[in-house]
Amino acid sequence: MIVDLPSTNISKVNKKLVQLRESGGVLALGRVLTLVIITDDGATTEDAIDAANEASREHPCRVIVLARGYREAAPRLDAQIRVGGDAGASEVIVLRGYGALADNGAAAGMVMPLLLPDAPVVAWWPGDAPDVPAEDEVGRLAQRRITDALACADPVAALAQRRVGHRAGDTDLAWSRLTFWRALLATAMDAPPFEPITHVTVVGERVSPSADLLAGWLAARLDAAVERRPATTGKGMVSVRLERASGPIELVRPDGRVGRLSQPGQPDRLVALARREVRDCLAEELRRLDPDEIYGAALAGIGRVADLDAPVSAPTLATSS
Amino acid sequence: MSASTTGTAQWVNPLRDPRDKRLPRIAGPCGLVIFGVTGDLSRKKLMPAIYDLANRGLLPPGFALTGFARRDWADQDFGNVVYEAVREHARTPFRQSVWDRLAEGFRFVPGSFDDDASFDQLEKTVRDLDRVRGTGGNHAFYLSIPPGAFPVVCKQLARSGLSAQNGDQWRRVVIEKPFGHDLRSARELNAIVNDVFPEDSVFRIDHYLGKETVQNVLAMRFANQLFEPIWNAHYIDQVQITMAEDIGLGGRAGYYDGIGAARDVIQNHLLQLLAFTAMEEPVAFSSDELRAEKIKVLNATKLVGPLHETTARGQYEGGWQGGEKVRGLTQEEGFDPESRTETYAAITCEVATRRWAGVPFYLRTGKRLGRRVTEIAIIFKRAPHLPFDSTMTEELGQNAIVVRVQPDEGVTMRFGSKVPGSQMEVRDVTMDFGYGTAFTEASPEAYERLILDVLLGEPSLFPVNDEVERSWEILDPVIEHWAAQDAGPDPYPAGSWGPESANRMLARTGRTWRRP
Repeated sequence: MIVDLPSTNISKVNKKLVQLRESGGVLALGRVLTLVIITDDGATTEDAIDAANEASREHPCRVIVLARGYREAAPRLDAQIRVGGDAGASEVIVLRGYGALADNGAAAGMVMPLLLPDAPVVAWWPGDAPDVPAEDEVGRLAQRRITDALACADPVAALAQRRVGHRAGDTDLAWSRLTFWRALLATAMDAPPFEPITHVTVVGERVSPSADLLAGWLAARLDAAVERRPATTGKGMVSVRLERASGPIELVRPDGRVGRLSQPGQPDRLVALARREVRDCLAEELRRLDPDEIYGAALAGIGRVADLDAPVSAPTLATSS
Repeated sequence: MSASTTGTAQWVNPLRDPRDKRLPRIAGPCGLVIFGVTGDLSRKKLMPAIYDLANRGLLPPGFALTGFARRDWADQDFGNVVYEAVREHARTPFRQSVWDRLAEGFRFVPGSFDDDASFDQLEKTVRDLDRVRGTGGNHAFYLSIPPGAFPVVCKQLARSGLSAQNGDQWRRVVIEKPFGHDLRSARELNAIVNDVFPEDSVFRIDHYLGKETVQNVLAMRFANQLFEPIWNAHYIDQVQITMAEDIGLGGRAGYYDGIGAARDVIQNHLLQLLAFTAMEEPVAFSSDELRAEKIKVLNATKLVGPLHETTARGQYEGGWQGGEKVRGLTQEEGFDPESRTETYAAITCEVATRRWAGVPFYLRTGKRLGRRVTEIAIIFKRAPHLPFDSTMTEELGQNAIVVRVQPDEGVTMRFGSKVPGSQMEVRDVTMDFGYGTAFTEASPEAYERLILDVLLGEPSLFPVNDEVERSWEILDPVIEHWAAQDAGPDPYPAGSWGPESANRMLARTGRTWRRP
């Protein structure tokens, strides 16, 4: 069900929510968190809501969408409440603020009365994010602040800004896109031979915040020189090579779908390693609401990575499909 | 990290960090061999669970699944069977790229259990997998077969060298209930299995222990301040543990006739649930400590007598159940028309510790009962003194905490609340926590969790030898008592909540069964 409340204010929205709950049963009772999505009113707004609805199947939440409209328009608030089938397992409140209400300060004031009591608050900027999310008016309300460097107009600059503006509780979807890569590498090192890594090469698209973060993570965790190189072909992360005395561990994904893990003395193994979608990353982000120290360390580790220009070409994998 | 890093205590993987909670535990290189691959369990639970694990990225690259059965299949035919099973029963969406990688590791070995040649072939297949898929000599054998076939399969595994563990490699065996039908047979079975696999390589599946709600009993009790202070005989009046099914036993005569509900369910599932409910706090959340506490509480668990008053058994009769005409047990296909097998069993236990002194634990299970439900109900004593007079509290029952194990997993609390209005009147209300609304799709199937734990070598959710034997020790007197009776089991109509004798069993002490 979608209820439109044009030209309204937050107490009317709140009243309507209570009314909907009384007529429709227990809507907001089992919610475990409030997710605030901060975006500009436009085509991408619905994509972000869809991703949040998908993620809400795992974490029923109240989603508050701040879709900032024209700043030059007369001040006005249009609200929309979606519950039931239109909102996944969540309830979605879209707030379209115009004029002065499109400002950050006013936005925080609109969100505050709608936060669920006692439940954690997560802020998510699906596109461009403030320089220091933790100091943003809305960001300050949240325990966890999620950005997405890859979705920013300039991903390289965005990642550089994350390094400067990082505070505990920040995290970035470029980091959650790496989880399977990191898990495969860590699992490979769970098994013998137990030797230290001497040299690391991380290859990815020239503009790939994820590849930078993976290099930063390895630099932070391993006592070894880490190189980051651009790939001639392929999207996002393309390959990682961990050198050690008995031979390298290598994980290659030339086509963005299938990876190959190679280790000395073992047959090459193919593994499904598709690029992760935003909704999966978001669901993972919502699973843990404590600060991600490892992400902080990976950001800091980027400073220790040697950024080299010589491109590397990835092999093609022989797969049946 | 256990067996996969045996003998490497000093190695600390620099890429792992306890604070890095995103990193999932992926099993190391390994393969799984399923015996009885054509069975229902295998198609409905095991194969879908394996796909779901692969889809969640928790299986190692190069994972191998080998089927063994008396079928004239090639690897592809087996792949098609798995494909059908996955399409029909998997929990997570189907992804071609995941499937393609998984399907590369499918092998099938045709043969019967007494055929040496097929086991030699299996051994060759497994060795070949180590070479081609890099399974690293680590293999688990899932015996989804009747226990009667355990001895011959175990012998074959030993003879063909499949069970031999070398160095860092591991071989594990997974077995399903029933773990014997009394103490003596359980010991024999354990001896047979332990003859080939050491106890720490034996994983006994009790799929209830893989359920989130059951593990949540520990979280609820030991992570909260709210419940543990009242979790004792001072406040608790009784505990009722129920596992009810609405289906009958048509088609299961071969397994069930002569076994009965008590052996089928109480010995394993219900006594395990009792252990989780009644155990003391483990010093650490590790498998050794958990098992130590479970053994302790099972050792303290005793039957309450006299057994003819504190136990009940029944057998369902034909009739109309939920708008459907159903047969009684003795008319079910394959059952002896004179069968005295019980389809309903209820027993009374006590836990002889200071915490539980005097609290009866009622365990009941049955087929063709009112509905399908498994739950643990903790029922509290009435408040000792009420400032309200009896008319005000006429509708107030006993407070209760109910852990719903399945379906609709969650926890319900029941307590009294004032009825709105000018009069003081108190009535029961419920407060509800449902996994369905609090963390929907993240709950994996029990088999996913358990299979992954086998591959990781993480034993905490698997009952050990001692637990199995101790459970039989508890139950055996009831079964002997029943066998010695001339009368019984008492008939009960299909779709009811059991025989009248079960109600009398509680009425003796002024209690009644909860209607789940």
